[in-house]
Amino acid sequence: MDAVFSGLASGFAVALDPFNLFLVLAGCFAGTLIGALPGIGPINGVAILLPIAYGLGFKPESAIILLAGIYYGAEYGGRISSILLNVPGDAGAVMTTLDGNPMARNGEAGKALSLSAVASFIGGTFAVILMSFFGPALASYAIHFSPSDYVALMVFAFASLASLVGSNPVKTLLGAVIGLMLASIGIDANTGVPRFTFGIPDILAGIDFLVVVIGLFGMAELIHLVEQQAAGTLKTLKIDKSFVTLKDLAFVKWTILRGSVIGFFIGILPGTGASVASAVAYGAEKRAATDSSKFGEGDMRGLAAPEAANNASAGGAMVPMLTLGIPGSGTTAILLGALLLFNVTPGPLMFTQRPEIAWGLIASMYIGNIALLIINLPLVGLFARLLTIPQQFLTPLIAVLAFVGVYSVVSNPHDLYMIIALGVFGWFLRKLQFSLAPVILGFVLGGLFEDNLRRALSISAGDWTILLSSWNSIALYGLALLVVVVPIVLGRRKRNRAEDEAPKAPA
Amino acid sequence: MKLIHIASALALSAVIGAPAFAQEIDRPECVAPAKPGGGFDLTCRIAQQGLEKQFDGPMEVTFLPGGIGAVAINLFNTTRTDDPNAIVAFSSGSLLNMAIGKYGQWGADDVRFLATAGTDYGAVIVRADSPYQSLDDLMADLEKDPGSVVMGAGGSVGSQDWMKAAILLKSKELDPRKMRYVAFDGGGDAIAGLLGGSIQVYFGDVGEMVSHLGTGEMRILAAMSPERLPAPFNDIATAKELGYDAEWPIVRGFYMGKDVPDAAYDKWVEAFNAAYGTEEWSKLVKDKGLLPLNLSGQEMDADMKKRVERMTGIAKEAGLIQ
Repeated sequence: MDAVFSGLASGFAVALDPFNLFLVLAGCFAGTLIGALPGIGPINGVAILLPIAYGLGFKPESAIILLAGIYYGAEYGGRISSILLNVPGDAGAVMTTLDGNPMARNGEAGKALSLSAVASFIGGTFAVILMSFFGPALASYAIHFSPSDYVALMVFAFASLASLVGSNPVKTLLGAVIGLMLASIGIDANTGVPRFTFGIPDILAGIDFLVVVIGLFGMAELIHLVEQQAAGTLKTLKIDKSFVTLKDLAFVKWTILRGSVIGFFIGILPGTGASVASAVAYGAEKRAATDSSKFGEGDMRGLAAPEAANNASAGGAMVPMLTLGIPGSGTTAILLGALLLFNVTPGPLMFTQRPEIAWGLIASMYIGNIALLIINLPLVGLFARLLTIPQQFLTPLIAVLAFVGVYSVVSNPHDLYMIIALGVFGWFLRKLQFSLAPVILGFVLGGLFEDNLRRALSISAGDWTILLSSWNSIALYGLALLVVVVPIVLGRRKRNRAEDEAPKAPA
Repeated sequence: MKLIHIASALALSAVIGAPAFAQEIDRPECVAPAKPGGGFDLTCRIAQQGLEKQFDGPMEVTFLPGGIGAVAINLFNTTRTDDPNAIVAFSSGSLLNMAIGKYGQWGADDVRFLATAGTDYGAVIVRADSPYQSLDDLMADLEKDPGSVVMGAGGSVGSQDWMKAAILLKSKELDPRKMRYVAFDGGGDAIAGLLGGSIQVYFGDVGEMVSHLGTGEMRILAAMSPERLPAPFNDIATAKELGYDAEWPIVRGFYMGKDVPDAAYDKWVEAFNAAYGTEEWSKLVKDKGLLPLNLSGQEMDADMKKRVERMTGIAKEAGLIQ
């Protein structure tokens, strides 16, 4: 424990150096803007700025502090376009649209933005604190999470998302199946055989998650907007000056805490990131809520849970990278590359060989989180005014930004056509009253589920009992059962009580 | 003043997303046809740092994951065929894909091989507390039952990572199709699987072990090289000296589009040749865990094409293609 405190002290000495402090703030601010742009998320933000940081000849610790600030800032910023425009700012911000955007449409854009900023802050800070005190222990737990445990985690995720089944279970299931089908496109790792690629090399490795998100959500939303505008049914929103109150925060405090815990633990696992974390947090929250009828229509809990989770998972993904040199997400993989670029070898040795970088980075995350809260709260009013931009300017602007953003990640024109095609497809689905969230979740969770199930079965040579061979798995299956059964029992008991109290009320 | 520079750079960078196209090498770019953090990333970092003095601006490393390099080769055969700015990292795995037709219609004749970054070799790796002290221990178990050991790597069945395991089994006339092979999504996940105990043996590269050597977490049973490697790998036995005819060299290098003008191609060759002679280059290549292999221009192009031909032969023998 002493080592942690002395490490943190030396780290803060590095991070509070005026130049580094400036870089944290600059990185957080730039990151927020980058994250707010639809399609451009932490991965592109960090990747675009890496060569610049390198070219400017910064010291390694300064460069990595700047990049980490951008990473953090972009995770914060991703919520802005989700809430205001119903277009996810990045892949991890899909769940934020579900309740964030309805809040904005109900005239509570300011409240949604400020509440999610606070939730992000708590999630992010929670993750940094756990990381600085228990980093190595957590990392060794994370790598012991075997393929069969991932299968159990996915079952848990599916179970908690069963709560998304809305008024039309058939359409929800169909949506999830469409997602699963999209996920099965590409070379099958276990046999090396291409599936559903129709000889197109661009989809040999599957469809990028970002392309699906921006296509199905972003483009579909834009087409929907254009349609509404053409029909003249588009309502202009008033500027609202709402802001989160202490009472609101008290209402969601346990939600934020649960979201942070779920997000952090999913974040430290290599192979799962912010998108899985926020989905599970949202599903679990809706399951845990005694009255979940408002979810999807602007419930504060439905906004706070995924936002706390995706920021906590951003911190969690740093754990295996710093302690083991194994990236926990795409963005941390780029940060890892950044370290190598500066001839710093990440891993356990970094804490002894280059403590100024390891601890300086951790200290800068504490500062970055506080800075982001301070930057974001006053900007809420400014961002909320985005909605007052006339649609004929806003819609093409979003479209252009989304295309640039996607192209900067995938650098492949083919994916731009995919976005348009998926956008039209998504728009049709919306016309048919499909909810798009199950499609996205089927895509993410289905792919992970299949890969890990087949890995587990390769390990056991086809013996299915491997799925129940660890306590991690058994605990997760138990939790999965719990989130399915408990709401049913509670719901029945509540209904009985309601019937007892008001026996004459019509059903 | 410095702050203004940084601020303007930040503002600018938020605007610039896509690479520019021009006939001059004004924005050198290395395309790593994979996600960050793997071998292609490492290859591009060598070009980025090694050619630093040859170009005015910093070289940009971009990532173009997809179809284990298929997306990149397709892009450089359809839209960026004459892009003078971009070089694409490749490895023996890419050559294997060309050899067995994984890149569809595109083969070794559809690119212009430019220069090598260095070479690497396959490695047989176990956890530090593994019961397998030597390659013989492992092979003894495999000979009893090829399906008794859980082995894994970062590539799919039929990939070069799988080939390392297959070649090792073939050295004792064992059937590669009987082995228990777990395909992970990249080396990072596979190493996590090894450290976490999901797999017993990991087929990686000697080079990627540089950042894990000092930690005492893993042990390299054998390098799949023709002879002993220089320090820090000089203590690692080769599969060959232990009596297993299993070599898997991994050439790492760069190719360009087929229609790149000779002027630009020659300029790149010159840049590489200028860097090859320097001490910084050898140190850089060594730091990244590679062994020197300095080939460029026509000579290199011819050598790579010969390798692809040889691989087609191996693949036919292994039953991967007819």
